[in-house]
Amino acid sequence: MTAHTDTASAPAPASSGFDNDNRQAATIGDAARDYVNRLRGGDMGLLPAILGLVALLVIFASLNDRFLTTYNMANLVIQASSIIVLAMGIVFVLLLGEIDLSAGVAGGACATITALMLIDYDWTWWMATLAGVAFGAVIGLAIGSLVSFLGIPSFVVTLAFFLGLQAVPLRLIGSGGSLRFNDPVLRGMSIKNVPVTAGWIAAIVIVVAFAALSLWRYRSLSAKGLVHAPIGLVVIKIAVLAAVVLGLTALLSANRAPNPDLFDISGVPWVAPVVIALLLFWTFVLTKTRFGRHLYAVGGNAEAARRAGINVQRVRIMAFVICTSMAALAGLLSASYTGKVSPGSGGGNVLLYAVAAAVIGGTSLFGGRGRAIDAVIGGLVIATISNGLGLLNQAAYINFVVTGGVLLLAASVDAISRRRRSSAGV
Amino acid sequence: MVEPLLELRGVNKSFGVVHVLHDVDFAVYPGQVTALVGDNGAGKSTLVKIIAGIYGRDSGEYHFDGKAVEVHGPRDVAALGVEVVYQDLALCDNLDIVENMFLGREETTRLGLDEVTMETRARETLASLSVRTVKSVRQSVASLSGGQRQTVAIAKAVLWNSKVVLLDEPTAALGVAQTRQVLDLVRRLADRGLGVVLISHNMGDVLEVADRITALYLGRVAADVPAKDLTHSQIVELITAGRSGDLGIADPATATV
Repeated sequence: MTAHTDTASAPAPASSGFDNDNRQAATIGDAARDYVNRLRGGDMGLLPAILGLVALLVIFASLNDRFLTTYNMANLVIQASSIIVLAMGIVFVLLLGEIDLSAGVAGGACATITALMLIDYDWTWWMATLAGVAFGAVIGLAIGSLVSFLGIPSFVVTLAFFLGLQAVPLRLIGSGGSLRFNDPVLRGMSIKNVPVTAGWIAAIVIVVAFAALSLWRYRSLSAKGLVHAPIGLVVIKIAVLAAVVLGLTALLSANRAPNPDLFDISGVPWVAPVVIALLLFWTFVLTKTRFGRHLYAVGGNAEAARRAGINVQRVRIMAFVICTSMAALAGLLSASYTGKVSPGSGGGNVLLYAVAAAVIGGTSLFGGRGRAIDAVIGGLVIATISNGLGLLNQAAYINFVVTGGVLLLAASVDAISRRRRSSAGV
Repeated sequence: MVEPLLELRGVNKSFGVVHVLHDVDFAVYPGQVTALVGDNGAGKSTLVKIIAGIYGRDSGEYHFDGKAVEVHGPRDVAALGVEVVYQDLALCDNLDIVENMFLGREETTRLGLDEVTMETRARETLASLSVRTVKSVRQSVASLSGGQRQTVAIAKAVLWNSKVVLLDEPTAALGVAQTRQVLDLVRRLADRGLGVVLISHNMGDVLEVADRITALYLGRVAADVPAKDLTHSQIVELITAGRSGDLGIADPATATV
């Protein structure tokens, strides 16, 4: 059950008995009014991120006519993918009110392991990937155990790992060197595209499956008299998803080569299905499993969770394991984009980009609030900023200033909306 | 006389050199509200935590349903059907009412969480307690008033067909109308045949809903009597001095820690 349905209900007359309490907003109008009330109460959800994304697209499109080309848009999607995947991992630790400052460099270290397995040991791509992800999981296990059992603040533990893990690629690659990353499958994630027909089929399957699931859920909930959203809202959601998915597929299926007579570059980049699969998987874990429910509970009130019999330490360790494993995948996607792994991979502003992405998407820094989709929207915002500023040929320092400002803005929105939530009690 | 549902006999508990409970006998009867009163430091919280299985006993017996039982932790106690509603409520603000009521004991199907069953059962439980003030079971707990939160915490405790419910200061932070709601709910729980323990500082509340009153004084039971035999001032004397008329500890002066 998503967090959406519960709030879509209008106030009941105070005298009504509980057995006929409100189970749905009667009309779209009620649902809309309810949504406005939630916004006023500080429950902003994805709204700031989507508004920000639209504003950024308009600004950059007006400043540079190459920005809105399909070639650049596809490029933006590929750039966003590693930020999104890392941010998805970060969401899990932010949900608990923790932080992982080492996730970026952990991703670099894991990508180094994978690259070495590919080059020195001739492992196949999936074995090498597994090795990288397993290394990430072990790092997460270590961080989680230190935080959970010794009670060291995650800020300090992961700061130590941030420093320590930078040694791994430096030792394995040597300073100034780099490892090529040209495995056809892994490199192909970023430079190859899904065949156009297959892309369309997948897009249509996604839309149809989403529509069928939403309608089936609506029917079964309303038949049993449980809380559900009005049918109009369900239809609107399906329509929006269909427009976004089919629209993007159409955009990316056109030939986007700068010189279309010589080359044919068309189809959805392979990273997109990877990101979508991860999004679906983690959304399922967060909303439909006991583990997901326990994550929210520990983030909301760890003591209540402990009294309810939840193994808080295990949940906390798992969150760090998931975060660092996702960081490993993000490191691979980043290496796939650049075609190499160097000692600096995953350093710099990679981690802050991901934290900013999660927070911009609506994940709270205070714990208890966040979804996998937040990372996707927030990641697109961050990637748009760095892509757009890059096209404007600004000095590099501008990029840092703008991204830092955006992170600060998102954190302020988070803090203010949290305060309004606690006073409005939404 | 009805047999007690839950009974502690001769319980002693020390923390280091501090002897907190001295030979405490405590009984909870089905269908009755037993009020546990006492000043700060009298040992109420310790006694509750022993009943809840959070603390072990140094000596004494734990009887449930007439049989001596071994309890080694909160899970054993929960398995007996004893639930504790703590003062700080132990609800997660970011989850809704259904999610909170099933926290840690979620129903699942092969496809994940079984929201249909959970929502249905939560609604049934709230309806059976005649809870009329919650507008939707899918409301987040953050949006509830203090009385509603207390109601949800109590409903969470009875959801599991529990037989004994301990309420730690359920009305401490509530206004007049909300206190009313909660006290009515406490009475209804007892009327359903549950054994209810009410820990409270508010003598008005205690006299209103309690059937029996157990007063603790410096870790000893000063009195365990039917509520109708006591007046407000007698309870206050039992709490503050350990005795009142011919009731209470024979010589409170010896009752030192």
